[in-house]
Amino acid sequence: MYKGGKIIASLIIFAALFTIPFFYNMGKVNAGPDVALDTPAIQQLSDKQCVESPEFMRANHMKLLNQWREEAVRNGQTVYINSQGKEYPISLQDTCLKCHANGSASKVALSNPASSTTGVSNPAINESPEFCASCHDYSAVKPKCWSCHFEPKEAAK
Amino acid sequence: MLEKALSGSKRYWIWVTLLLAIIAVGFVAYMNQFNNGLGVTGMSRDVSWGLYIAQFTFLVGVAASAVMLVLPYYLHDFKKFGKMVILGEFLAIPAVIMCMLFIVVDLGQPMRIMNVILHPSPHSVMFYDMIVLCGYLLINLVVGWTTLGAERKGAPSPKWVKPIIYLSIPWAVSIHTVTAFLYAGLPGRHLWLSAIMAARFLASAFAAGPAILILLCFIVKKVSKFDPDPGVGAIQSLVKIVRYAMIANVFFYILELFTAFYSNIPEYSAPLRYIFFGMDGHYSLVPIMWTAVVLAFLGIAMLVFPSTRMNKATLIIGLLSIIIANWIDKGMILIVAGFVPNSFERVIEYAPTLNEILVTLAVYSIGMLLVTILYKVAISVREEKAN
Amino acid sequence: MSINRRQFLRRAGMVTALGIGSSFVITGFRKKDAAASGYTKAAKDMPAKRWAMVVDMSKFKSEADMEKVIEACHKLHNVPKFPNTKDEIKWIWKDDYHHTFAGGHNEYLDEHVMHSPFMVTCNHCENPPCVRACPTEATFQRPDGIVAMDFHRCIGCRFCMAACPFGARSFNFKDPRPFIEEVSTEYPTRTPGVVEKCNFCYERLADGLMPACVEKSNGGLIFGDLDDPNSEVRKIVSTKLTIRRKPELGTQPSVYYLVGGGEHA
Ligand code: SF4
Ligand code: SF4
Repeated sequence: MYKGGKIIASLIIFAALFTIPFFYNMGKVNAGPDVALDTPAIQQLSDKQCVESPEFMRANHMKLLNQWREEAVRNGQTVYINSQGKEYPISLQDTCLKCHANGSASKVALSNPASSTTGVSNPAINESPEFCASCHDYSAVKPKCWSCHFEPKEAAK
Repeated sequence: MLEKALSGSKRYWIWVTLLLAIIAVGFVAYMNQFNNGLGVTGMSRDVSWGLYIAQFTFLVGVAASAVMLVLPYYLHDFKKFGKMVILGEFLAIPAVIMCMLFIVVDLGQPMRIMNVILHPSPHSVMFYDMIVLCGYLLINLVVGWTTLGAERKGAPSPKWVKPIIYLSIPWAVSIHTVTAFLYAGLPGRHLWLSAIMAARFLASAFAAGPAILILLCFIVKKVSKFDPDPGVGAIQSLVKIVRYAMIANVFFYILELFTAFYSNIPEYSAPLRYIFFGMDGHYSLVPIMWTAVVLAFLGIAMLVFPSTRMNKATLIIGLLSIIIANWIDKGMILIVAGFVPNSFERVIEYAPTLNEILVTLAVYSIGMLLVTILYKVAISVREEKAN
Repeated sequence: MSINRRQFLRRAGMVTALGIGSSFVITGFRKKDAAASGYTKAAKDMPAKRWAMVVDMSKFKSEADMEKVIEACHKLHNVPKFPNTKDEIKWIWKDDYHHTFAGGHNEYLDEHVMHSPFMVTCNHCENPPCVRACPTEATFQRPDGIVAMDFHRCIGCRFCMAACPFGARSFNFKDPRPFIEEVSTEYPTRTPGVVEKCNFCYERLADGLMPACVEKSNGGLIFGDLDDPNSEVRKIVSTKLTIRRKPELGTQPSVYYLVGGGEHA
């Protein structure tokens, strides 16, 4: 084969490089995400229910959030009626994080000019709220919400 | 065929390395822009488009100019251009790619560029510009590659490319027309709000584009055994095209000047007054514009008189003058001065920053690298046949 | 052999292109709905056909009165204060008569009138060129006439800035957050690389509140539904002499300037 050896050798090198992360992490124990659901706000709820069922939220929260965004920003529909007919204002800050923020552990809401020497581009500026971070850090999917949106008022101080 | 670009003389590799080095520097500059935002450029709230969009505008013209070879050759069976057509098509491809890159580097949120397709907005000229540019790239890739491939095998081009070649002619006109519409349809930007904008764009494109192509032919002849114009006068025919296009371009510009100044409507002449004479103590574009004026007339003169047109040295000076004059007009002043004076009749000037210039140079280097590779392939195929 | 290899590469390329293309098609048209649920407007939401504003400069007695209005908007919406004008962002600001109503001036006009200040903001044009230009519909017109921005969608091409004849739009050239003096948690900040402008406080209208600037203007800014014959704005616009910025461009601005001032309807 014309230049066959070289091709095969480069293919092997390519495959090796490509799979480094896999081999690097092989055999290491990787603890799953630990989602804290016992925030003070949740404990006070009589009916510990999110806007939809946990199963639904786990699978579809990103789609739901996208829908919320479209409806609230583009169609002026600022209230969500869930599958049980209950109404919720569409707001990350006042609806989602009212329950899911862990008051004490929340991070600084604003990036500080001194600490953001690298400048800021598209990746999220803020640390996500702990609740989001607990899964998103694990799966290395950075939500971009927090480069603009805030945690609830108490937390932002 | 691409493997032909992987072997070359020492000179070839030095050139490629040089381009790669500029690209690397520009990439670092772009990362700086990506991380810190467009604040690292000279653009502002008032002059919100700058060097990048101006280069885009200029290069759409270069891309469209391939039609000046395709049309005579395929439609009028003008055989003289036979050897050059492929060079025109292979100039159009990098030019379109550079256009796209200039748009991308100009975006504040480049990661979201797919939104243009995810949320198509047929009321926006940008939407059509995207379609015609992508289409033009595809057409030229297909046409250039198949005709060259066929030539390599010594066979005539397959029949199915013919309609695509014919399609490429109106398509080339469309890319520059739509690009002109980006500007010409905006209320309140008096420098752009002109019906002759698209015509002027085409005229300047058909002057600058073929002029660049002729210079490239000279280089090709020098560095390879392939002669794009083996004594058939193809270059001189192209020179005539450049000349008339440039004369038309200057004529159209004068039409603009007449309407703006004779009507004496202050808003219409304001940007032109700023460009040619300065305004409110701001003069930064004045010397540049007058340079372009001088070069434009010098270039025309050089291409008009047979003695200077036939002499290679003076011909090159003439072509360079025309290219630079067009670049100043379209690749710098037209876009920037469209924003001056601003909506509040204040003069706020723009000057590109070093970071912006480095990114611009890098995009041009990517373009030149692509031209080099494509031309190398085309030339190698030709040289192979000649042997 | 080499021909086969070329064919192979070509086919591989085609398959890849096809794959990328079709995966895109699939994500593009994926079914949106997830559950049997719905959306509605907030109970306090104020409906209108065409929100509009009348600016009565006679009610602004001093620079401080104007600053108060600007502050109210910029604080609420987390508009950053950049030290240089190049990166400047503004939603509502003041400029003098001469520049606000640019074009064809009476050369004998009194210096005082020439330089008397006017409040300027986005005109929420009825035929907005910015909306026409936007390639992603990040700038769009709501049924109530407000020309709004979807910051999530904006790609930062700045076509809208070129299209707006009123200089109403600002671009986030830099990360705004470090330049916000006092953070308001009532409204999100912006990410670098998107365009922003006045939104007629649609987030407040949804809560049944008047725009922040109007609230702080001592009657200098009058806000209402132009479509409603009984609204104050409509009464002023139909009976008093008002002017608009660059009406000749046909964008139909919804911000009117009451000339002469005095008592109105
Ligand atoms: S003032 Fe400018 S930004 Fe506002 S709606 Fe009119 S064109 Fe658009
Ligand atoms: S900058 Fe954003 S809002 Fe303006 S035209 Fe581009 S995508 Fe639309």
